[in-house]
Amino acid sequence: MKAFTYEQPHSPAEAAAAAMRVPGSKFIAGGTNLLDLMKLQIETPVHLIDIGKVGLNKIEPTSEGGLRIGALVSNTDLAADLGIRRDYGLLSRALLAGASGQLRNKATTAGNLLQRTRCPYFYDTNQPCNKRVPGSGCAAIGGYSRLLAVIGSSEHCIATYPGDMAVAMMALDAKIETINAKGKARSIPIAELYRLPGNTPHIETNLAKNELITAVTLPAPVGGVHIYHKVRDRASYAFALISVGLILQKDGTGRVAIGGVAAKPWRNVEAEIFLPEGAASTTKKLMAGANPTKENEFKLALVERTLQSVLKEGKSLYEIR
Amino acid sequence: MKFDKPAGANPTDRQQVIGKPADRIEGPLKTTGTAKYAYEFNEEVPNYAYGYIVGAAISKGRIAEIHQLKAKNSPGVLAIITAANAGPLQPGKFYADRMLAGPNVDHYHQAVAVVVAETFEQARAAASLLQVDYVKEKGSFDLEAEMDSAITPKPGEFGGPPQTIVGDFEGAFASAPLKLDQTYTVPDQSHAMMEPHAATARWEGDKLTCWCSIQQLNWGVRDLANILGIQKENIRLISHYIGGGFGGKGTVLSDIVAASLSARAVGRPVKVTLPRPLIFNNTTHRPKTIQRIRIGANPDGTITAISHESWSGNIRGGRTEAATASTRLLYAGANRMTHLRLAVLDLAEGNAMRAPGEAPGMMALEIAMDEMAEKLNIDPVEFRIKNDTQFDPEKPERPFSTRLLVQCLKTGAERFGWKHRNSAPGERRDGQWLIGVGVASAVRGAPITKSAARVRLDRNGIITVETDMTDIGTGSYTIIGQTAAEMMGVGLDRIVVKLGDSSFPESSGSGGQWGAASSTSGVYAACVKLRERVALAFGLNVSQAEFSSGQVRSGNQSFSLSDAAKKADLVGEDEMTYGELSKQYAQDTFGAHFVEVAVHAYTGEIRVRRMLAVAHAGRILNPKAARSQMIGAMTMGVGAALMEELVVDKKIGFFVNHDLAGYEVPVHADIPHQEVILMEDSDPTMSPMKAKGIGELGLVGVAAAVANAVYNATGVRVREYPITLDKYLSKMKRPI
Ligand SMILES: Cc1cc2nc3c(=O)[nH]c(=O)nc-3n(C[C@H](O)[C@H](O)[C@H](O)COP(=O)(O)OP(=O)(O)OC[C@H]3O[C@@H](n4cnc5c(N)ncnc54)[C@H](O)[C@@H]3O)c2cc1C
Ligand code: SF4
Repeated sequence: MKAFTYEQPHSPAEAAAAAMRVPGSKFIAGGTNLLDLMKLQIETPVHLIDIGKVGLNKIEPTSEGGLRIGALVSNTDLAADLGIRRDYGLLSRALLAGASGQLRNKATTAGNLLQRTRCPYFYDTNQPCNKRVPGSGCAAIGGYSRLLAVIGSSEHCIATYPGDMAVAMMALDAKIETINAKGKARSIPIAELYRLPGNTPHIETNLAKNELITAVTLPAPVGGVHIYHKVRDRASYAFALISVGLILQKDGTGRVAIGGVAAKPWRNVEAEIFLPEGAASTTKKLMAGANPTKENEFKLALVERTLQSVLKEGKSLYEIR
Repeated sequence: MKFDKPAGANPTDRQQVIGKPADRIEGPLKTTGTAKYAYEFNEEVPNYAYGYIVGAAISKGRIAEIHQLKAKNSPGVLAIITAANAGPLQPGKFYADRMLAGPNVDHYHQAVAVVVAETFEQARAAASLLQVDYVKEKGSFDLEAEMDSAITPKPGEFGGPPQTIVGDFEGAFASAPLKLDQTYTVPDQSHAMMEPHAATARWEGDKLTCWCSIQQLNWGVRDLANILGIQKENIRLISHYIGGGFGGKGTVLSDIVAASLSARAVGRPVKVTLPRPLIFNNTTHRPKTIQRIRIGANPDGTITAISHESWSGNIRGGRTEAATASTRLLYAGANRMTHLRLAVLDLAEGNAMRAPGEAPGMMALEIAMDEMAEKLNIDPVEFRIKNDTQFDPEKPERPFSTRLLVQCLKTGAERFGWKHRNSAPGERRDGQWLIGVGVASAVRGAPITKSAARVRLDRNGIITVETDMTDIGTGSYTIIGQTAAEMMGVGLDRIVVKLGDSSFPESSGSGGQWGAASSTSGVYAACVKLRERVALAFGLNVSQAEFSSGQVRSGNQSFSLSDAAKKADLVGEDEMTYGELSKQYAQDTFGAHFVEVAVHAYTGEIRVRRMLAVAHAGRILNPKAARSQMIGAMTMGVGAALMEELVVDKKIGFFVNHDLAGYEVPVHADIPHQEVILMEDSDPTMSPMKAKGIGELGLVGVAAAVANAVYNATGVRVREYPITLDKYLSKMKRPI
């Protein structure tokens, strides 16, 4: 770990301004991802701006009938919120499928969105990694890739975005609200937040440098049954091999987003047209253009089979109702 | 005291304290966080500095240059130790690995340097400024590719002969009406114990004291003396508490050497711990095995030919994983053959991990038995029972001292409801889940070795036991206390147990599941001495004296035990040594594992639903501690079956998933209700304690029982551990 300085601003505007003032600084929220990366010297900020005291920790209704989730709302509080559980069950379930109780108490909404990949080579600073050191190469290609991306990857990086919460937010059409150093606000649809690696895998989102996430908004509830199925090598406390977030309406239409397959939660509205037909045709469209490695091509079959399972589960829930 | 004839009646038979489920006597210290581990002697060893190990960034080659200037000038830095200034270092005796690289690098993350600084953060920051230039060489990392170059190793100190032949295996196999010939692989596995390797070293003149976390203090003293080239007499090792070892902390590893060298260099105490990501490639692991098993049988299920061959790899000088050990004696069969082969690999050193040899060997053999039973169309429990033997199949004149394998299988089958098993795989459904059950036998040697102790009685009637035995979380403190209490006829509350200090009498240490039986026998011997002293003090004939309820009685005389020490403490010290009984008798522990799993019919996820183990392991000294050993081992077995694998990057030459996020072990949600049945037994051929170890038995066979249950659920046989869904998903029938 490199030595760093630290400050704790008291408003979002101060925080954003501080980031502008000190080049090489980073925001720290729960710290559950950033501190691990700093200890391993994968992230080396010279200055930490602790946003724990800036507020932004409420869940409030929006005028459009949705919810506005403050960037600092903890994963635990968000998953337990009655409004979320009633109208956005997918989000609550995805959160509870992630990490552990202790981590979720600390982890925040914005921090969760921006958690970094779990590619094992990214974590070992002796190995080449274009994401960590641009231009150094990619040790995962031709190496151990079982957990890595099967779609949207490039010859420069095949890492996945590892999180669960964002998969649900992708299916829910969430929007990310930010302010920049000058205090200017903007709103970014989550589908435009994450970038595919291309030849710049170190640039993971379309946020500007020092842009502060202030909230995530959810549009008015869309109803339906909400299922999050996370498939992993052990029953809990592991990142997804793949995960499927499904919102299924009574008529068989719905939305689906997939985790663990790409550098972002994977969704394609055009594939969702096929949901009433079943998992096979939906997956075919959704995963078209996949470029898996030998070690991880099983994920394609797994996506289809898991989708088949959750569709069946969803339908049976309507039958029970 | 020498034990060379089967034990007769003795005070331990009373079982007033022994055999009772006493709580851990050190439990409150652990649950309140006041038990001190190797890295925590801050008050006792003040003025310490921190050492931080830099691991090699390459897998094979040499160090061309280490640029130290930036690190040296970094704040707080006191010294930088490398091979260039460490002085001559030799390998230890148990581990073959060199504890400091240079000029050659033998494997990834081998220690290249130790940076010593005032604070941990300063040491770590400076370590990252060290720039090391390497010259890479081509290494061998792929066991499959090296199989042809593997040789039959020389017989070693542990693990039995590398090659055994009885009768005519090839002929009998060729003519057997039913045959199985399959190959199984068990990957490299990590001990993944909770407490990382850690040490605090202090020199006073040429005397070195090291607070450390190792299982065998006697080996530790020997090996550290060897490595540093100093006298054994000048070394004191202290390991009061150990946060898990599983064989991964057998003796001295790089943390202890780094702390010792650093403390000498800076002239003050230094502590060093291995950061978690370093442990997997820097220290030892259970090496991968490729195992070929052939079984020939008659249609009635009698095995006529059985063979087991196993390949493993290691660094030069490293041991062979003796995966064939169990096949030599578990089942009958007139014609048999086993063969171990060893290849040179440039990965970290492979060495002992819980039930070395037997655990991976039985992961293969017990799937093979399941496959053979299916070919024979015989129930797998029946098939095992049919091929039971009461003598060593390699030496028919050598009976098992006690062997209740058949009873374990029958008891387990009854309790588990085995008869409800559907022998046709893939047919039991529960919603979206497929259900299956599996069985496996368990066997693990019951080694016993010399062990000494000292017991001291004071005027308050308190008896203090001292031995350099360790407690790696197993319950040694408690069973040693129970032994002394039983022998001296007092309650456990009168006993103080002091362990883990090499200045105490030399014990067996903890390893190879020999600790419980050996160390308590040493305490027994010391107590026999103390009883003599006490009897003498009262002018009694010890053979007629009865020690009970804090009293010593003989005829109509009765004395209070504490009065014997009214003037001065009475001390008894002795060592238990052994004769030839282990040659006359095959001494082993046995068991049976039954497992029910659910496999998701669509996704292939596996959930273990029920586990039952039946164990036969001599006299059970403390059923609560024994049960803990069993359920911990069963948990580890689920890990071995379903998730544990050190993944080798064969291009770069290292274990890629070198942290606890990448190397998955079971979490609570993976482990269902675990039931354990401990069979009544007492084995007088072992020692006066009539006990055997149980800590490793619980692991052996578990993974195969899980594998067999998965097969029963899915109808897809996986022979390559761990059984992850990518290995069978495409072969699983898809439900509609
Ligand atoms: C052992 C372990 C297991 C885990 N398992 C899972 C899992 O199964 N599923 C899962 O989804 N996640 C998992 N996680 C990841 C966990 O969800 C994240 O670590 C957590 O959500 C990050 O939130 P945080 O508030 O602690 O972020 P921090 O670590 O504080 O920050 C993360 C990043 O976000 C940036 N950031 C934070 N807040 C803002 C803001 N308001 N504006 C702009 N940038 C910001 C920081 O600068 C940093 O780059 C696991 C983590 C651990 C350690
Ligand atoms: S896949 Fe991406 S993160 Fe992983 S090593 Fe390659 S470049 Fe780095």
